[in-house]
Amino acid sequence: MARAVSKNAKLRNTAIAGSVGFLMFLPILWVVILSFKTEEDAIRAPLEVLFSSGWTTENFATVQARSDYLKHFSNSVIIAVGSTLLGLLIAIPAAWSMAFVPTKRTKDVLMWMLSTKMMPPVGALVPIYLIFRDTGLLDSRIGLMFILMLINLPIIVWMLFTYFREIPNEILEATRMDGARLWNEIVEVLAPMAIPGIASTLLLNIILAWNEAFWTLNLTAAKAAPLTAFIASYSSPEGLFYAKLSAASVMAIAPILIMGWFSQKQLVRGLTFGAVK
Amino acid sequence: MATKASRTAARLMMSPAVLLLFGWMIVPLVLTVYFSFLRYNLLTPSGNPFVWFENYYWFVTDPSFTAAMINTLVLVGWVLLITVIGGILFSLLLDLPMFGQGVIRIMMIAPFFVMPTVSALVWKNMFMNPVNGFFGQIAAGLGLPPIDFFGQYPLMSVIIIVSWQWLPFATLILFTAMQSLDQEQLEAAEMDGARPITRFLYIVLPHLARPITIVVLIQTIFLLSVFAEILVTTNGGPGTSTTNLTYLIYVSSLLQFDVGMGSAGGVIAIILANIVAVFLMRMIGKNLSL
Repeated sequence: MARAVSKNAKLRNTAIAGSVGFLMFLPILWVVILSFKTEEDAIRAPLEVLFSSGWTTENFATVQARSDYLKHFSNSVIIAVGSTLLGLLIAIPAAWSMAFVPTKRTKDVLMWMLSTKMMPPVGALVPIYLIFRDTGLLDSRIGLMFILMLINLPIIVWMLFTYFREIPNEILEATRMDGARLWNEIVEVLAPMAIPGIASTLLLNIILAWNEAFWTLNLTAAKAAPLTAFIASYSSPEGLFYAKLSAASVMAIAPILIMGWFSQKQLVRGLTFGAVK
Repeated sequence: MATKASRTAARLMMSPAVLLLFGWMIVPLVLTVYFSFLRYNLLTPSGNPFVWFENYYWFVTDPSFTAAMINTLVLVGWVLLITVIGGILFSLLLDLPMFGQGVIRIMMIAPFFVMPTVSALVWKNMFMNPVNGFFGQIAAGLGLPPIDFFGQYPLMSVIIIVSWQWLPFATLILFTAMQSLDQEQLEAAEMDGARPITRFLYIVLPHLARPITIVVLIQTIFLLSVFAEILVTTNGGPGTSTTNLTYLIYVSSLLQFDVGMGSAGGVIAIILANIVAVFLMRMIGKNLSL
């Protein structure tokens, strides 16, 4: 039974929560605003920036011309999407079998997979760096794609497992009784029910791979650098050029921010491993 | 009803994932432990002699190790404190009846989707710069002396940035957990005359105890590895004032090319993370019924 709440109380709550939300969002909003200002305007006082200066879109073109945004953007897309697809390819069969043909050891396998995620990346940095150096994988998109696939594989398997487990086993058994072969069972019965879960997993893992900033910073230089490294190159002295830094930042986060809004629910499921529902 | 054939198929389907993760776990681990016992610097070819625990000795007795350990604990501790208390307050706030809750929630969650290098640079330059930054401008407008965040309080500045990134995570998890709170119990307490603070302490907080523990454990795993935020803002400085363990290992291995020393640090980081991981795994395992 929902309690009756006065309109005034609701308005007051909205005002308080709205102000808090606005303050959390302010840094992002401010960067978007600065990205449309000239350098001279961008360093003026906040009120002057807002009310007494013009707007321009030239920063975006300047950033592209100076540091080839599109190259880094395509690196980010290839690495994030590639590592996620590769991870799904390996994880879907594994999660499928654990969800539908569980054995005594399934829980142990799942927990062990999760434990590989607990290893601090810096503990693997030295050997991976040396292996990459000796095999020519340093600063290559393939190498990075592979590493990001590995670090996200436990999350992908785990998420898919929790989604697949929600598919009632009886349906599968009924199809099996009807004499459907494994392939038909997968394509005609399982796939339609599994696609929403796979899509959510895909979405969250592209976000995680896109924002990954340990391996991408340490294993790339000029050629394969994704947007995380592209922005890091603005740390100094370009950081003092607010308008250009803002434009570069907006271009780096906008695609993923939009995807993030659609994946709030998946975030909880994916990052707490089903421990919070 | 698993047949023998389907069990074999299941094992085959699992093997790529299992083999890959096994390799990913064991190869770097064995190599890191092995390198940590060698005198191995990429700049000085020395035949890499086996030196037992020499690297550990030098790594641990270096004053920057003590500094890095303290900084790591301070960073993790403060960020946990800010995000957990903030997350509880934010989720309580979001749980109130209001207009446009969806939009407000999105604004609170958005920072989590900003890549670490962007949030670090945006805060450092556009907000914390004492002259042209947002805070500096406001201070000047009010006639107050501006705060030189990274000059005077470098570690606290990093803590603020990292907290801004993780507060949405804590909020989202705790808010999700709060949705499963029994409303009738709350209403009954209210009718019995329990004040809001009493209701919070005796009903809401106990309900959140488990999710809070999970937030703490998961965040600790990630916060022990904070790296990009330090790299692009302070490079660990001034001195070692913002160097955490992860950054110190990066400096020894990739900047000083000391493979042996970096690996010894890596082993220490793995041990530290595992202490937290044991507790986290136990909590997740309890919740997984098969």
